[in-house]
Amino acid sequence: MTQPAANCPNCGAKIVFRWSSSVQTVCEYCKSILVRTDVDLKKVGQVADLPPDGSPIQLNTEGLYRNKSFVVVGRIVYEYDQGAWNEWHVMMNDGTSAWLSDAQQEYAVSLSSKLPNLPAAAQVQVGQQFNWNNQPYTVSVITPAHYRGVQGELPFQYWDKTDVTFVDLRTESGKFATLDYSDPEPALYLGEFVEFEDLKLKNLRSFEGW
Amino acid sequence: MSAGAPPLSQPPPKPQAKALNCPKCGAAITLRCFGQAETVVCASCGSILDAKDPNLAILQQFEKLTSTVKPFIPLGTRGKLRGTDYEVIGFQRRHSTVEGISYYWHEYLLFNPYKGFRYLSEYNGHWNDISVCKQLPACDSGSANYLGEVYKHFQTSEASTDFVLGEFPWQVRVGEKAEVTDYVHPPRALSSEKMDKEVTWSISEYMYGPEIWEAFRLPGSPPEAEGVYENQPSPMTTNVGQIWAAFGIFALLLLVMMVVSDLSAKKDPVFQQTFHWERANAIGEPSFVTDVFELTGRPSTVEVKTSAPVSNQWIYLNYALINQDTGQAWDFGREVSYYSGYDSDGSWSEGSRHDTVVIPTVPSGHYYFRIEPEVDPAVPAMSYSVVVTRDVTVPGIYGIALIALLLPALAISWRSYAFERSRWSESDHPPMQISGLTTSEDDD
Repeated sequence: MTQPAANCPNCGAKIVFRWSSSVQTVCEYCKSILVRTDVDLKKVGQVADLPPDGSPIQLNTEGLYRNKSFVVVGRIVYEYDQGAWNEWHVMMNDGTSAWLSDAQQEYAVSLSSKLPNLPAAAQVQVGQQFNWNNQPYTVSVITPAHYRGVQGELPFQYWDKTDVTFVDLRTESGKFATLDYSDPEPALYLGEFVEFEDLKLKNLRSFEGW
Repeated sequence: MSAGAPPLSQPPPKPQAKALNCPKCGAAITLRCFGQAETVVCASCGSILDAKDPNLAILQQFEKLTSTVKPFIPLGTRGKLRGTDYEVIGFQRRHSTVEGISYYWHEYLLFNPYKGFRYLSEYNGHWNDISVCKQLPACDSGSANYLGEVYKHFQTSEASTDFVLGEFPWQVRVGEKAEVTDYVHPPRALSSEKMDKEVTWSISEYMYGPEIWEAFRLPGSPPEAEGVYENQPSPMTTNVGQIWAAFGIFALLLLVMMVVSDLSAKKDPVFQQTFHWERANAIGEPSFVTDVFELTGRPSTVEVKTSAPVSNQWIYLNYALINQDTGQAWDFGREVSYYSGYDSDGSWSEGSRHDTVVIPTVPSGHYYFRIEPEVDPAVPAMSYSVVVTRDVTVPGIYGIALIALLLPALAISWRSYAFERSRWSESDHPPMQISGLTTSEDDD
């Protein structure tokens, strides 16, 4: 699965894709946002410095979810009125990808879910219920967020965003869902909250004094 | 399969606590939660500052009450709570006003860079370890269900923040109000906080002051807990229902023992005699001895039944049961008296013409009685009979055993009831003034 190395069209640094299906990555050196084309890499943008970050997770953090090991290969950083959070793009050892979100050290793992008839942003209200996979999900909060930056590899192109609305839903059994209104077509992610200990994370950041 | 970590141009800086100065008074301010604070409060001038702003813009100024409000656990203190190290980074005092009385409590914000945030609350020496619910409780009007447990509605009130210190991962303001609803299932409580449209659920578990003092290695001793707190576990560790179930089992056991011992009791008639007493003959020699009778078997009970045809009279017999072989004696006195008559309430009677007494554990051997009668001065002559039965059951012993079982069960039930009553008297559902053992009045 090792991908042939390419070079950053901006600075010439070596770019290695860790996940074969990655569509986009960010050059570690010059922070150019690079998109894969059939033949080479194309620079589409530049990441501004990411805000200071309190997350213990970083690129290359490894962990375990449902007996499958994973490695963090990328992330999207969002800001909202109560701070920032990360959506870490993780590569599972079976080649699939998932998202590990970390909002003030509340961890959740979710997977992209292609279900039809998703509600439009304007139709959703707090307290409303939706049934997906025979589970009743209740809208707990609607968050107007702001795209802040990206890092590493992502399964889609994601760089020219500004304001993004997220709708979080919960169930009474610890499951959660997110409706992502980044694109005209809403995207649904289904997942669950996970305990820090259960993820058995390795290669975490260290904090001064801890 | 992996191509290894891409090399980094330079290692990312290790996040560290940030030292800044208050733009208002210049006092030192430490940011301890690595960029996750939204607001930070200057401890010396009470300015609420925007922690996200490099210049720490002043968001609100409030009148400081530092002299009256002092956290028991100073900011920056680290402690181990349920196996994880936490640092105290924020503190707030909140209050709610019920029927004109304000109740104040304190909340400590704890932080660990890997595990995130956690809270401790303290009210009148009662502590709670609080974390945000990961699941959504199911709730109806009077209760909430969380992780399969039913929590009873305790109280709904408006909580307002009146003092803050340190940093918070949300926008904190003095004067901020939230509608707080508590549901209890001791030692846990479930709370919802409603602010604008957002509802946050948290789960708390009761903790004792000394546990907190040990966790944070605090000097001195914790304040004494006053009264009963909403989710304080009852000191009656065993369920009252279980106590009564155990009582029922023992009572049944006693009944079976009583029946079995009654069925197996020999009830041997060993002596029966009628004596005639005359005042004329009694002078000079008041006592006499009976014939000898034999008691057999293992040491057992002896029942002595005295009967006399008294009517508004009495007879008193001083008995001595004497073992002819050893000289061992059991002294006892029995009275037979019976009174009856009529008064404005109709007929009445008092006493009985028969008296029964049981002497426990009398060994086998040859025995006789020495009897000394004393008789009502109005009676010139009277016959009385003495019947002795070997090995009878004594229901009284079982009665005493039953009471011995009943008393602790009653005491525990009462203490438990009083504790629950005290707990619920602080709730929206105070117990009625006169009520049975059932708990609370529901007002909805």
